[in-house]
Amino acid sequence: MNSTRAIFSRELKGFFNSPMAYIFLVIFALVNGYFFTNTFFLFGQSDLRALFDIVPLVYLFFIPAVSMGLISREKSIGTMEIMATLPLSSFEFVMGKFLAALSLILLALFSTSIHFLTLLSVGTNVDHGAVLCGYLGLALMGATYAAIGTYASSVTENQVVSFIIGVFIVLVFFMLDKTLLFVPYSLAGIIQFLAVDYHLSNIARGVIDTRNLIYFISMIAFFLFLTVQTLEVRRWR
Amino acid sequence: MISVSNLSKNYGNVKAVDSISFDLKDGEVVGFLGANGAGKTTTLKMITGYLVPTNGEIKVNGLDIVDNTSEIQEMIGYLPELNPLYTEMRVYDYLEFLGSIRNIKGSDFKQALSRVVDKCGLSGVVHKVIADCSKGYKQRIGLAAAMIHDPKILILDEPVTGLDPNQIVEIRSLIKSLGKEKLVFMSSHILQEIQATVDKIIIIDKGKIVANGTNEELMSDFMGNVSLEMEVMKATKKSAQELQAKIPSVKFISMEKSGGVQKVNFEYPKDKDPREDIFKYAVKSKWVILKMMPQTTNLEDIFRNLTSSGASNE
Repeated sequence: MNSTRAIFSRELKGFFNSPMAYIFLVIFALVNGYFFTNTFFLFGQSDLRALFDIVPLVYLFFIPAVSMGLISREKSIGTMEIMATLPLSSFEFVMGKFLAALSLILLALFSTSIHFLTLLSVGTNVDHGAVLCGYLGLALMGATYAAIGTYASSVTENQVVSFIIGVFIVLVFFMLDKTLLFVPYSLAGIIQFLAVDYHLSNIARGVIDTRNLIYFISMIAFFLFLTVQTLEVRRWR
Repeated sequence: MISVSNLSKNYGNVKAVDSISFDLKDGEVVGFLGANGAGKTTTLKMITGYLVPTNGEIKVNGLDIVDNTSEIQEMIGYLPELNPLYTEMRVYDYLEFLGSIRNIKGSDFKQALSRVVDKCGLSGVVHKVIADCSKGYKQRIGLAAAMIHDPKILILDEPVTGLDPNQIVEIRSLIKSLGKEKLVFMSSHILQEIQATVDKIIIIDKGKIVANGTNEELMSDFMGNVSLEMEVMKATKKSAQELQAKIPSVKFISMEKSGGVQKVNFEYPKDKDPREDIFKYAVKSKWVILKMMPQTTNLEDIFRNLTSSGASNE
């Protein structure tokens, strides 16, 4: 636990001691803000649906970019060897990294709450529950992508390669339910259940179903488990 | 204490380390010597728990490296090859980070910090960013990082590579002073580095241990004949061969003429010094001796003979 906290805070300080975190946060806020306000006043609807549609798209590139260096950089500069020879389990190490990336993502997500303030000041009959659920869904989706990004960064020592792998895996889970038209009926149910968008849209509708929660939690657990295994396997090669 | 028995590591079909065994005792400084690619780093990585052995056993104070990895990692301080560091961090932050992973906090950390800063001579750079420090300081930072938890065992992989001669001398004397209280196991591919610092030398070649002992032991075990180089005038090949017949311990090797001077080479076993007899014979045969120089085999030659790749480089 102590070690996880040490890894976590070093990583997070690392984000903010370099221009990276600021560039990411500004780009995230600008892109989301632009697409949201573009349509918000045109449609004149008192909800954040437009925001909840755009954030998952920005996530596709934003999160792999945040997480691309988490472990790959340790490998490329050689500090992975120091980490691996400290009395520190791979799990504690991976958790620290994952939580640091997640914190930055949640901070970015929080920056969009300014649009909620806009909504409160100009909108009428705002459904607070739906907004809250939407944010919960986006947070869970962000955590899932962060776990995928952490995994992508553990399989290579090249940050660019890690980014590409991350985008690819994230894109697969994002696109799955867009392929439903082309798959046999018997498989459609499974594929839909694997698709991250399907669960997000359920939660965003304001229904918090345990099936959706279980999906996100098991996705996170699965990719963090894969990451730990990737790090452990190296010792035996 | 570290005890290694029948340790092997294969990378695919390549045997990087091939069934080696040795024991290291507390309070020793031991050099691990070998050409590049001989298996030094792989061995150190197995002792520190970074790699799992294919075969064999490593025991550190009675604990097994595979079953008790993190207990052993608590006892060991490790400086990896090329001294990787988070160069964007400040020295203080880096040491504090390692301290907090090893559960050294608050006043314990303050103590540990002042101990390593004092030992490694870091007082001038504690609040500097690591990237701004010189290479010599970076090496000291790496050492300080390996020692923040005051380990009983220090494992250093090529600790002086890439330093300038003055820095090498500094790091060497630092390691020597550490060796008074700790078991230090350091690798190198350069003999002089090790010879000046260590009590014991283990030489590895192609994954196998080819020599293990103190400086003196290695010298007496592996030193062969002494070759005697002479420059004389007025000697003939015939008289040189006659000399060999007269003094049984001497073997005539060669004779070359350059200008008015003859270069003559003899060889004799290291425990029978025949130089007095040679001198007397030379006087009798009216040679004029300009130079008489025995060339003892040194550790460098032993190392070169033992490690085949070292020989092919020359």
